[in-house]
Amino acid sequence: MSERRVYVDHAATSPILPEVIEVVAETMATLGNPSSLHAAGRQARKLVEESRETVAAAFGAGPSEVVFTSGGTEADNLAVKGLYWSRRAADPRRVRILASAVEHHAVMDTVQWLGDAQGAEVEWLPVDRNGRLDLDAYSAAVRRDPESVALVAVMWANNEVGTVQPMGEITAVAHEHGIPVHSDAVQAAGQVPIDFSASGLDTVTISAHKLGGPIGVGALLVRRDVTLTPVQHGGGQERDVRSGTLDAPSFAGFATAARAATRDVEPHMRRLSRLRDRLADGVTAAVPDAIRNAAGARTLPGIAHFSFPGCTGDSLLLLLDAAGVYCSTGSACSVGVSRPSHVLLAMGIADDVAQASLRFSLGRTSTPEDVDAVIEAIGPAVERARAAGLVDATWKNNR
Amino acid sequence: MRVLAAMSGGVDSAVAAARMVDAGHDVTGVHLALSSNPQSFRSGARGCCTLEDSRDARRAADVMGIPFYIWDLAERFRADVVEDFVAEYAAGRTPNPCLRCNEKIKFSAVLERALALGFDAVCTGHYARILDGPQGRELHRAVDPEKDQSYVLGVLTSEQLAHAIFPLGDTVKTDIRDEAERRGLAVARKPDSHDICFIADGDTAGFLRDQLGEAPGEVVDTSGEVIGEHDGTFGFTIGQRKGLRIGRPAPDGKPRYVLDISPVDRRVTVGSREELAVGEVVGSAPRWCGPAPVGVVECAAQFRAHGEPVPARAELVDDVLTVWFDVAQEGVAPGQAIVLYDGDRVIGSATIDRAHSPMIMNSSRAI
Repeated sequence: MSERRVYVDHAATSPILPEVIEVVAETMATLGNPSSLHAAGRQARKLVEESRETVAAAFGAGPSEVVFTSGGTEADNLAVKGLYWSRRAADPRRVRILASAVEHHAVMDTVQWLGDAQGAEVEWLPVDRNGRLDLDAYSAAVRRDPESVALVAVMWANNEVGTVQPMGEITAVAHEHGIPVHSDAVQAAGQVPIDFSASGLDTVTISAHKLGGPIGVGALLVRRDVTLTPVQHGGGQERDVRSGTLDAPSFAGFATAARAATRDVEPHMRRLSRLRDRLADGVTAAVPDAIRNAAGARTLPGIAHFSFPGCTGDSLLLLLDAAGVYCSTGSACSVGVSRPSHVLLAMGIADDVAQASLRFSLGRTSTPEDVDAVIEAIGPAVERARAAGLVDATWKNNR
Repeated sequence: MRVLAAMSGGVDSAVAAARMVDAGHDVTGVHLALSSNPQSFRSGARGCCTLEDSRDARRAADVMGIPFYIWDLAERFRADVVEDFVAEYAAGRTPNPCLRCNEKIKFSAVLERALALGFDAVCTGHYARILDGPQGRELHRAVDPEKDQSYVLGVLTSEQLAHAIFPLGDTVKTDIRDEAERRGLAVARKPDSHDICFIADGDTAGFLRDQLGEAPGEVVDTSGEVIGEHDGTFGFTIGQRKGLRIGRPAPDGKPRYVLDISPVDRRVTVGSREELAVGEVVGSAPRWCGPAPVGVVECAAQFRAHGEPVPARAELVDDVLTVWFDVAQEGVAPGQAIVLYDGDRVIGSATIDRAHSPMIMNSSRAI
């Protein structure tokens, strides 16, 4: 077992910032329900609203456009179900949901559930080899019958391969027909600038723990004129669409992380890009037949995604884990028995190549030494994983 | 040593892995996902490989602080164990899928992958012992006769045994549960799994009917007279007495037993207990846990998983193993393994192809 610990899985979760821990610990000791009218309540309320203003400013939104949630998954559920239900209630013809084929499960499974259980007509929008939305197919799908579209959902940037989507063009097409657009920006936030107002998007999901904030808190940015049907009912907090006692300390931690992650995002992007290129070049040099996925697209600066034909991602993960290198075969949510990623399959990558994939993701604490450790470990790991892959290939051939 | 511990989610494999950790080895836990469509929870003690089992295995690995992964072997398990099981029943034989799983999955697919990944050995929670003998590693019965699983490991070759570790062979089961409790493993009191893991509800006949379809036929006595009907020959095993659905009693009033299963003409032959007697067994696909026997050897033979070993002589000629029982035996079913022992030591095994009555044995031996 290696003594080295190299964390190159920032896309799964990024280390919490020390100042966030400080703020959360300090504010947790403050008594008061932000909804109470007395002084203790008012003090908690002040913290909530300051946090709201900070998060809003970090992402170019107005404070009233920030709906705090328990994280990205809840925000995506609220956006997709909330938009679908409210749009369909206003006009029963609006039953179509257009969503990219590479969405995170929080969007994908929610959309699929609306299709399976709620009568929605689901259309998965194709992407190209680089994971970028096929704009022609998308426009055609909208224009086929715009009156029947309830919403469009396309993520800002993909969580596995990092491809950044052309959100401006996507939003423009939908808005020609008054169709709202939701975008999951969980992976993008903190790695590329997010300006909610300028984007024209109707709803955007942000999660704190990918920015150095706590796990269990996030926000849905909701334009002021957008109506959502609530998913979670109760005391009517958060614009009456997200009930539940307001978690002031978590919001404060989220705000601290959001401010830190967005105030220097441009130099951060440049630094990450350089590190990522060093990693990609080194991996390619160590394993010349490795395939860099989404290489032809604009991607998030911190993500490098590879397929290593002849290996399984599972074997590579085991070997790298033993060597003290922590990365991922895809999204950390698909734990257990591994299946080829729906993202890679949608990009037209073959099953066996998709199964042979690893995602390395860098963040604020990543160093050139981390990258060099990955480069050093990858060659021997691929060699061993290929030997293991041969065992199964031989069995298949003998059948 | 780098040890890969196969962890089913049960108490045995958890303690086996923990003992390897204690011994100072670099242990990695692996749960084998053998079903492509696992059930969420175990129902009673039947079956295994549910999502609950995989969580139990993961939890045990976390408690002992070792890496843990799930390996998807569903495709190989289906091809090498389940399909073989169905095909054997379709051929009128009675397979042992646990033995096949050890041979083809745990100590083949898993072991080979483990060795390729740089592991030195695979450890499991089987109750059996590996001891060093004059001619290399030997497979021996466990000290707990109730739990001994050497029969289902009798298919392992010397090469496979060289990389296998069974840390529980020297301990009785009740002590393993106590040890699990002391180690803080939540699976300490989890019921043992039994029956066939891929038939979760325990209804083997129903499973086979789904796989093979109903194939009704006749139940006949040894004179050829039809005395009943059945839904498919796969519902029967040689020596079976219950569930024969014979309308009337035998002339002598004694119970009748399945003597022969013939899927081709869908015929099940029943007869008296005396007619069940077997003196000679012929087996193929022999596997030797050490050197193959030379000439006729005195040994003890066991021909079903929970059977008693009986004195016998065996001879291997051109990969065909012939075993002669000193005393005629009942319930010898083609498809089962016949495992040969020298005391507690497993010599090897073969798959039973044919069983002959003592009379045939005597006549053939007279030559």
